[in-house]
Amino acid sequence: MNHFPLALRHLHREWRAGELKVLAMALIIAVASVTSVNFFTSRIHQALAGQANELLGGDLVYLSDRAIKAQRVARATELGLQSATTVEFPTMVLAGERNQLVALKAVSAGYPLRGQNRTAPRLFAADAAVTGGPAPGTVWGGSRLLTILGVDVGEKITVGNIDLKVAAVLTSEPDQSEGVLLNIAPRLLMHTDDLPATGLIQPASRVVYRLLLAGDAEAIGQIRQEWQPGLRPGESLLDVQDARPEVRTALKRGEHFLALAALVSVLLAGAAVAMATRRFISRHLDNCAIMRCLGAEQAMISRLYLIQMAVLGLLASVVGIFVGYLAQWGLMLFLAPLAGIELPAPSLWPVALGLITGMVTLLGFAVPPILQLKNVPTLRVLRRDLGGLQANALSAYGIGILAFMVLVLFQAQNLKLAVAIVAGLLLVLLMLALVAGGLLLLLRPLRKKGGAAWRFGVVNISRRSGHSLVQMVGFGVGLMALLLLAVVRGDLLSEWENRLPADAPNRFLINIQPDQLEDVRDFLRAEGVEPPLLYPMVRARLEQINGKAIVPDELKTDRAKRLVAREFNLSWAEAVQSGNAVVSGSWWQPGDYGKAIISVEQSLAKELGLGLGDTLTYNVAGELFTAEISSLRRINWESFKANFFVVAPPGLLDKYPVNYITGFYLPAEQHAVLNRMVQQFPNIMVLDVATILNQVRDIIEQVIMAVEYVFIFTVLAGLMVMYATIHATLDERIREAAVLRTLGARRSQLLSSIMLEYTGLGLLSGLVGAIAAGAIGMVIAKQVFDLAYLPGPALWLSGMLIGAVGVGVAGTLGTRFVLNQPPLKTLRGA
Amino acid sequence: MTAEIVVNTQNLHKRVMSPEGELTLLQGVDLSIAAGETVAIVGASGSGKSTLLGLLAGLDEPTEGQVSIAGQDLFALDEDGRARLRGEKVGFVFQAFQLLPNLTALENVMLPLELAGRHDARQVAEEVLQRVALAERASHYPKQLSGGEQQRVAIARAFAPHPQVLFADEPTGNLDRRTGERIIDLLFQLNAEQGTTLVLVTHDPHLAARCQRQLELDEGQLQMELEPS
Repeated sequence: MNHFPLALRHLHREWRAGELKVLAMALIIAVASVTSVNFFTSRIHQALAGQANELLGGDLVYLSDRAIKAQRVARATELGLQSATTVEFPTMVLAGERNQLVALKAVSAGYPLRGQNRTAPRLFAADAAVTGGPAPGTVWGGSRLLTILGVDVGEKITVGNIDLKVAAVLTSEPDQSEGVLLNIAPRLLMHTDDLPATGLIQPASRVVYRLLLAGDAEAIGQIRQEWQPGLRPGESLLDVQDARPEVRTALKRGEHFLALAALVSVLLAGAAVAMATRRFISRHLDNCAIMRCLGAEQAMISRLYLIQMAVLGLLASVVGIFVGYLAQWGLMLFLAPLAGIELPAPSLWPVALGLITGMVTLLGFAVPPILQLKNVPTLRVLRRDLGGLQANALSAYGIGILAFMVLVLFQAQNLKLAVAIVAGLLLVLLMLALVAGGLLLLLRPLRKKGGAAWRFGVVNISRRSGHSLVQMVGFGVGLMALLLLAVVRGDLLSEWENRLPADAPNRFLINIQPDQLEDVRDFLRAEGVEPPLLYPMVRARLEQINGKAIVPDELKTDRAKRLVAREFNLSWAEAVQSGNAVVSGSWWQPGDYGKAIISVEQSLAKELGLGLGDTLTYNVAGELFTAEISSLRRINWESFKANFFVVAPPGLLDKYPVNYITGFYLPAEQHAVLNRMVQQFPNIMVLDVATILNQVRDIIEQVIMAVEYVFIFTVLAGLMVMYATIHATLDERIREAAVLRTLGARRSQLLSSIMLEYTGLGLLSGLVGAIAAGAIGMVIAKQVFDLAYLPGPALWLSGMLIGAVGVGVAGTLGTRFVLNQPPLKTLRGA
Repeated sequence: MTAEIVVNTQNLHKRVMSPEGELTLLQGVDLSIAAGETVAIVGASGSGKSTLLGLLAGLDEPTEGQVSIAGQDLFALDEDGRARLRGEKVGFVFQAFQLLPNLTALENVMLPLELAGRHDARQVAEEVLQRVALAERASHYPKQLSGGEQQRVAIARAFAPHPQVLFADEPTGNLDRRTGERIIDLLFQLNAEQGTTLVLVTHDPHLAARCQRQLELDEGQLQMELEPS
């Protein structure tokens, strides 16, 4: 028999009666929160990738030591990509009597493809973002360069064979950070059209050519696939993944946070659906018994409910996806202008994910218990007390937990995070139940104390300990989510932000000569700046590993190839630099000074396949030296301090040409110090990393904003769980209140007892939720974010407070109408 | 009487475990009811009336003994087989009405017909509701109806599929006397029209007296058969 039409009619009737509305609402909110999160994260993700691409000036950069071939540009154009070229090399420029070494960058029309340059109309004027680069015949120079050269906007600079007019003061380039610490020369920007006339590019010139590409992700991927295999030494492809590690880490952290938020929503969705299902089942026990009585077979009942649930799930998912899409648009309205970013259209993946989430959540958390309805004893029609189902909670919710695991994997696409979340969930549920059970036991002795309202309230919690346990777990999960977001999230975010200390160095001094060390220190002291540590630096090229010449093609990764292709900055030190830690081998003692040993950063060692005892041979200014690796170090790169891949003990490198480098924090108001420094020590290069730091901080702040928005939905889902939990026991409360009122209880007595019960439940659930949130926070902090986090009593107290007030008010408001029903009506209806 | 035997039991026993030990609810009940008969099962509270009804309708399983409905041994069938048999041959009227609260009066009457896959469910249900004088309340929900009206809907639901046997469990137990009598009138009237076999559990002697036969249960045992007065 085809049960579909009958099932649809039933669904329509159930819907009309309001039975399914809570279930559907839970599902809609679940799907809406998951999809809005994903619509939004998909857009944020793409936007963040775009923003991080600003550090490259494009989505993909092809780098070569030879001029860019026309067919590469043609291929990119053919695929619909935008392109721009840059040519970069160091050269001397002149202005009147003065000259200066600059890092010249000639850029084509269209540069930069991602991000914008900022320029000022004259020296020390306010700057603004501008589109494109300098026009042919003009240059843009940094204020430091213009100061050194003594020229301002409108005057001319001689570049090779031609004179170019300074059209603006360059204050910031989007892609300046790439290798900024090594670019000791100040920047001069010109147009590529003027380049041939300068006559600067000679066959032996050390020139870096870049082809910047931007556009459709698929086409970018296509180019990557086509070009990657044929790259010669001296050629490489860079995308955001290859950009600076601190940017990459910021992005990855952001994604983890977003995935976490979405996962908590999924979990809450399941909990809300499970709660709503409880009420659905208790209301349908009689219906099923009657249908069995009227001749319905078990398989038929199962099929009827299954079809109803499938249709309901599909409809709710579609509505949820739509709501999620709208919610995501609402967000754009206020967040996008604030963030100053343009978000690209979302991908279709969230639609699929929403559908999957809706169906899997319903099938996992609602269907297994609902299918047990078929087992209701038929005799229930004659004897109501025969009660309900011998529901096998484990098998019913075991499927739900399994379903959740599937969703976690779908959502996180990150096995480590998925495992942490699921293991955490199981632990949390167990802990919630244990703590809730323990608290209920503790409550027992309180039953005999206090007035009538107190007794009703407390007795209600401890008498129906089964129900209370479920309710506490429900509220606990909801409150846990709230706390996880409100408190733990804040703690985690500030820990994360603290990773970028406010006093991170914002200025680097480079090229300090050994005989200037004391003068520089004295100068800074006189200016009221505490002189920072100065690190010696020797430039060297790695030539051999264990006596064997390095062949770049034999190296496995691009990074390894890049690492050996460029010059290393070697340093020496007596003690381990702060922010560094020896992870294997041992640091040298004074007795080791002058020995041919070195300490290597661990990721470099891993990339090049180096271990303790291996030897490296370096070429310093034509002279070779060999040293043995005596220790490996881990470096906290996010400190933004001057760090070195390779460090030697004092006495080994002293004989080579050396200069000194340092980084320190200089407040903005002391900026003038640097101008005086440049005048007094003309050879010292001052690098302003404040702009880079600001770029990184901007990205982090945008991520935080996105995370906070995302958490609004998680909180909504949490509230839904609590709403469903209150509803789950509503029928019983209505009956009970009716009986109590018939027995003469005053309305005010019942109201205080309800208030007391919910406030008490909220207090206990808040404690349970806080403990769980703290535990989850600890696990996530450790496993995913590599942060140490210790939840404190503040968390527990806020948990109890939020729980008591939130659940107390919500519960009382939600059940208050119970008191307004005429008792007879309720009793007859039952 | 040579009429066909519709309900038959042999040596029916029902025992349950209780905290005080084994409890015997029914002890060796043998009875047979012919087609078209009206039979009242009477007895004091706790005498086993409802237990017997539950077994006759196949809602519960006996500890020992047999029940057959229209020649079919109930407990040779599985739970689903019994449900099918109920759908085809048995109707119910309960003390607590047992209407589905989310369905209107009409939809409640349609339910057994729909479950049987009948396409004329609505039409038949409307006719039967008309028959119990509730046509104009067809779209009301149970809680919008009085007790008597709810029981009339329940009776309409029971008779709509034309069952061979109708079991009624204290059908007037939740109603005042006047309403109860009208319900009983209706029950017997429809019973006569459709030639249904009626098995009625009651402790009301007036109601029992209207049946052709009265079977008295006492502590789980069938007493002598009382002739109608």
